[in-house]
Amino acid sequence: MTSTSEIFPIGKAAPRADARAKVTGTEKYAADYYAADQLWAGIKRAGMAHARLLEINLDKARELAGVVAVLTHKDVQGSNRQGVARKDQPVLVDDKIRHAGDAIALVVAENRALLKKALELITFTCEPLPEIFTMAAALAEGAPLLHADHPDGNILLQGRLETGQGAAALKECAIVIESSFALARQEHAYLETECGFAIYQDHKLEIAASTQTPFRDRAEIAEALGLEVENVRVIAPYCGGAFGGKDGITVQTLLGLAALNAPGRAIKMWWEREESFNFGAKRHRAELHYQLGCDRDGTFKALSVEVDFDTGPYDHLGGVVLALGLEHAGGPYRIPHTQIQGRAIYTNNPIGGAFRGFGVPQVAAAMEQMVDMAAVRTGLSPLAIRLKNGVKRGDRNPLGVTLQTSTGLLDCLRQIEQDPLRHEAEKWKAQAPPGKLRGVGIAAVMHGMGYGPTVPDTAHAKLALSREGRFKIYCGVVDMGQGNATTYQQIAGDLLNQDFAHLELILPDTDQTLPSGSSSASRTTYTFGNALIGACEILKKRVCERAADSLMVEDWQEFTLLPGRLRHLPTGREIPLQRLAALLSPDERVVSNRYRAPVNRDQPTANPGLKLHGIPHLIFSYGVHLAAVEIDKLSGNVAVKKYLAVTDCGNLINPQLFEQQMQGGIAQGIGYSLYEDLKVTKGVVQTSNFATYIIPSALDLPEMICKALAQPESSGPFGLKGVGEIAIDAPLPTIANAVSDACGVRCREFPLTAERLLRALKKEEDNAHKI
Amino acid sequence: MLIKFNLNGQDVEVETPPARRAVDLLREELNLTGTKEGCGAGECGACTIIVDGTTKLACLLLAAQLEGCRVTTIEGLEHENELTPLQEAFIAGGAIQCGFCTPGMVLTAQALLAKTPLPTEAEIRSAISGNLCRCTGYQKIVESIRLAAHRRAGELQ
Repeated sequence: MTSTSEIFPIGKAAPRADARAKVTGTEKYAADYYAADQLWAGIKRAGMAHARLLEINLDKARELAGVVAVLTHKDVQGSNRQGVARKDQPVLVDDKIRHAGDAIALVVAENRALLKKALELITFTCEPLPEIFTMAAALAEGAPLLHADHPDGNILLQGRLETGQGAAALKECAIVIESSFALARQEHAYLETECGFAIYQDHKLEIAASTQTPFRDRAEIAEALGLEVENVRVIAPYCGGAFGGKDGITVQTLLGLAALNAPGRAIKMWWEREESFNFGAKRHRAELHYQLGCDRDGTFKALSVEVDFDTGPYDHLGGVVLALGLEHAGGPYRIPHTQIQGRAIYTNNPIGGAFRGFGVPQVAAAMEQMVDMAAVRTGLSPLAIRLKNGVKRGDRNPLGVTLQTSTGLLDCLRQIEQDPLRHEAEKWKAQAPPGKLRGVGIAAVMHGMGYGPTVPDTAHAKLALSREGRFKIYCGVVDMGQGNATTYQQIAGDLLNQDFAHLELILPDTDQTLPSGSSSASRTTYTFGNALIGACEILKKRVCERAADSLMVEDWQEFTLLPGRLRHLPTGREIPLQRLAALLSPDERVVSNRYRAPVNRDQPTANPGLKLHGIPHLIFSYGVHLAAVEIDKLSGNVAVKKYLAVTDCGNLINPQLFEQQMQGGIAQGIGYSLYEDLKVTKGVVQTSNFATYIIPSALDLPEMICKALAQPESSGPFGLKGVGEIAIDAPLPTIANAVSDACGVRCREFPLTAERLLRALKKEEDNAHKI
Repeated sequence: MLIKFNLNGQDVEVETPPARRAVDLLREELNLTGTKEGCGAGECGACTIIVDGTTKLACLLLAAQLEGCRVTTIEGLEHENELTPLQEAFIAGGAIQCGFCTPGMVLTAQALLAKTPLPTEAEIRSAISGNLCRCTGYQKIVESIRLAAHRRAGELQ
């Protein structure tokens, strides 16, 4: 039974604070906001990939009874631009259409049926421009520029990092493995599509949105729409999933514009699933070329990486995705000579943006397969070659950056080595039934935490003692489903000795909580948790000091907090917190504390763009995954039968939440490995529903055993480090390596669909016959 | 048209256009926003409700089809502040992350256990295979359903 009268200490699986409301259907998501006289807002999309907008015909839509407003860029009072690093995306198109999802006009209507009708009545004329649907086309000489004002043409951001003798050292290597890889776009497919609810009244714009970034949204909305920041309020309820897809503006500015033009009326915008598929951000399609050189004994010597990310028409967070991809391109290994270069390239395809993993799943997919190929060539086992080259604390990573913090890779590898599942899997392999091929594979990954050296990774925790004697935790960072709000409650409960009944969560709201950055970058619990620890200490001292005054006791440390009360230990006298709260003024009952995450002082690059986008990180989590797969020879279908993940995640605050992050990340990773492929033709998404874009169902996933190394990261709250993303980095190469172990075939394009694998098996068979 | 049906144990009468989707009637008219909409096309299962003992997708049902039916939404499971064993198991077992699939998942499991009190893991996975979840990888959901089934079976014995 769930208990609110229990103090959940650090390390215990406290039930989620939000679980009861979610399991009874009473939790109010952004999608659940309605008002009696509310309006609906919707977007007229371009539907074409590249064109110059000439004229929009709005008259027929405006004449329709029940249509409240039909708006274009001319109605936008501010910059009409949005974006995180580079503000290159118009709220409403004012010049060029750059992808099929670009917003041409915004309609506000009394109901959804009218909205749909009005959107259909809007027409526009435009002059077609040459379209760019491949990265090669974007880079070709004379290619049309997506953004004429961008100094690097169609390259949003590029970077090159070199250590030792760089790629030249490949010549000195006894063995060089070379391969190219291509990875598909992945859809976030959160169940709650992009949505929000807004109202403009008394000169204030209030928006409740499904977002990971309420404070950054507020600034973007204000700038784009020409408002003062203090006149904008963004409320962020629990998200119905986000995974990076709500890291940045989705509905917010358009919804704000709608509200400004229908003052006093509540307005709802909720994208349909097809709209979400067609126009939301995606995991970048990537093309990678790798060369890995090593000695005959398997010692890594040199690495050359070229990686290109199709970032679509707008920055979104494409620069950060590139930077993280470059930083992690060489994996968790010692490689003295490296040359790692990459580009995020503008095209007229759907927007490539933030998605759990941020570029790391793509490079890990390539690197970890390279490592297995090197193992084959050197006669080492996949485990042995990783143990031989894997980083330990004090080593330099492939960027030449010294690893100064907890580095548990080798322990993860050893734990995999000793795990009974590995031994069983080897036996299981030998028992493959007729028509099936079985294989076992592993992959090792690392994942940087936080914003890197240039952008301050800061959180402000606000904590209050309510008049009723309960502690209110003002969460500055969104809980998009990962359970960080519960972790904050657990941290405060442990430090203040309070059960959940005496702890209250105030979810992110720019008018109530304090700026604490985005819910992203595996930094959410680390940064805000550290800020909250400080806030708890300040408020605890203040409360105990006031209690000491009330009893004329010298030393406040003679008091201990207990659920709802304080006890003076020497005398046993107790004071209810409610009574104590009455002695404090409202201002005294509130404290705040700022925490800024430490940064890495190492300087692997002088490129300010790469530094701004996160290179280098200071703290990394590490993980090693193992998969046992079975291939059906007739269909080429791959079934993942067993899965094990060992993660260096620092100490655990809540083991259940850790397992949830791992299992969820692995599940998304299995989908990414085997079938998730957002198909795009001429800039238009061809797989815009769950019938054509397949995500794993309960029948598609194996049991996932997730073990924590649980070695403390000394700077983390109670020794924790972030693990929100690392689980998705490893499944693809783990499964690809297992498939290769099973059948000797290695595909270079992913996902590893049955069709693709069958073709590869057939080719292999034909080649064998030729010989 | 005026439609009458039993909603979570109470008889209700609502005036609504007959072609209105049941999910809209529940969410917008009756304020039962626990019934979620994830796709509007019968592919994700988030809008699952129980109609006369069988799970149905409220995005594919018209309001008029509820006429005379016994309808259970997620809000109808809790009685006098008491959760069902299944709801308790979802909480204790960590089956909930973002929670957007949870109402549909719980109702699907509820209907399963009504017909098959002690389902195997394969039966559980098959039963919930029409309810998509993007957060959990389903493992804790499956474990929680099994836990609830065993607890209930224990109580019955």
